[in-house]
Amino acid sequence: MKRRLPLLVDVFSFIAFFVYTVVFAVVILYLIRRAGFPFTVESVFGSADPVRALLLREPVFDGLFPAISGTFLLVVISVGIAVPVGIGTGVWLSEYAKGALYHVMTLFLDILAGLPSIVIGLFGFSFILLCHRLFPGKGPGFSIIVSGASLSVLVLPYLARSTEAALQSLDNSVKTAALSLGASRMENIRYVLLPKASPSILSGILLSIARCAEDTAVIMLTGAVASAGVPSGVFQRFEALPFYIFYTSSQYTCPSELDRAFDASVILIFLSTVLFGVSLVLNKTVSDPATEGK
Amino acid sequence: MQRLTDIICRFIIFSGALISGTVICLIFLVLVVSAFPFFLDNGLEVFFQPWDPVSGKYGIFPMLAGTLFISVPALLLALPFSLGFAVFACETGPTVLKKPSMAVIRVASAIPTVVYAFVGVFLLIPHIRSIAHSGSGYSVVAACLVLAVLISPTMIFFFHDSIQAVDGSIKAGADALGATRSEKILFLVLPAAGRGIFAGIFLGLGRAVGDTMISLMLAGNNVSVPGGVWDGARTLTAHIALVMAADYESPEFRSIFACGLALYLFTGMLSVLARVIHGRK
Repeated sequence: MKRRLPLLVDVFSFIAFFVYTVVFAVVILYLIRRAGFPFTVESVFGSADPVRALLLREPVFDGLFPAISGTFLLVVISVGIAVPVGIGTGVWLSEYAKGALYHVMTLFLDILAGLPSIVIGLFGFSFILLCHRLFPGKGPGFSIIVSGASLSVLVLPYLARSTEAALQSLDNSVKTAALSLGASRMENIRYVLLPKASPSILSGILLSIARCAEDTAVIMLTGAVASAGVPSGVFQRFEALPFYIFYTSSQYTCPSELDRAFDASVILIFLSTVLFGVSLVLNKTVSDPATEGK
Repeated sequence: MQRLTDIICRFIIFSGALISGTVICLIFLVLVVSAFPFFLDNGLEVFFQPWDPVSGKYGIFPMLAGTLFISVPALLLALPFSLGFAVFACETGPTVLKKPSMAVIRVASAIPTVVYAFVGVFLLIPHIRSIAHSGSGYSVVAACLVLAVLISPTMIFFFHDSIQAVDGSIKAGADALGATRSEKILFLVLPAAGRGIFAGIFLGLGRAVGDTMISLMLAGNNVSVPGGVWDGARTLTAHIALVMAADYESPEFRSIFACGLALYLFTGMLSVLARVIHGRK
């Protein structure tokens, strides 16, 4: 029986390699062909003057600029919230947490990492409803700030676990040298451990940015809309690249709108590939955000 | 000054940990509290009832079934190929292709979910429509195929790491005893990597169950238990995304919290299982 399958595994693994390579190549080539790479300035700024649009002097109605700026602001807000909390949690896990408390926190973070993003969106959504019920007319409505805060919950576990892993992977002699010279635990963390681990921590942050930029389920429940223009404040509804792609796929009214969605897809892929690439260079051990720190 | 920055750092670290813990508990609590009125009105049997608002039934059984019918076949389809790919990248592939093959998977994992779904709508759906000869093409099979592609990179990374971590002495022993490469991989390397492989399967299933965009954009969103692979279906995640517009006090609207709770419990269970099996310290 065993003798009959000398090449089975070899052949099958080659088939698997071939299948995936073809599938992914087809997806990427199809997108690039439809987007007409390299795409023109028109797809971003439409009929508006690019310089005036960038200076926010002229609104863009038929281009991706509002969605790009929405995604940019969204990433700034969510990463701005998630970085201090996530890194703080990671340092706590690595340097302070002991025994049962450590187990409970890592269990919580594992559960959070496994939660579907729509459930986190639902949480942000319920939060808005709750605010409306408690403080009628006062609480934050569907807005970019709520979306950003919800996205920060989404990336929190990656940041925490990757910071913890970065600190843990430092050489023992590095970890103890300053302590043995009389530095306090906090001085050791601030002047030795965090600077030494900063490339790996930065790579975790880059992966979080990619995750925030691509997620659709969270923002569609918390404030993304099809047309809002460039965000004028953090309590406003907003446009975003992934939401534009989702919305256009079923609601496009003319071919040029659909073409822009292909451009938006290529922009998103380009963005996340660059972020993944830089993150990989920074941290050779990084594999996938989903398995990060596992 | 020194003391002040010290206090600030300490504050960030401990409040960070405190916020993380609180938020995770808060999500569960908010879901339970929001779903409570729905369960109070409709009972716990909503999990086994059909969705039929006309006769006052707001059961989420069709969504549970839809989630299951889309995610489990997607996992079963992706599993052998992911395992094959990981074996290729670790063992059977030619040396010049091992590293580039994992680079392919890195790029694949950088493709956003919504882009996979978008490509599915314009590349896959027309073909499915012509093969099925009827219907719109938005079906269980379309969502399954794209979902299988989506969850593969996650599983491949996990399988790759587990197979890499297998003790070299096991492989050397098999070679010394004259085992063929297939025998070595099937009967020694894969069983030795078994825990990691199972953990990867649980994570892959979690991603498949939790995915929103692919089932929302490709599965057709019919609220009935799918009768076959060419039928449309609605998943728990898509149901949450779709009921947005309804009145906030209506049972239609409140049912989304029951779906959220079901998703929370199921994916939480998978995360715990993956953790136990993988033997995290």
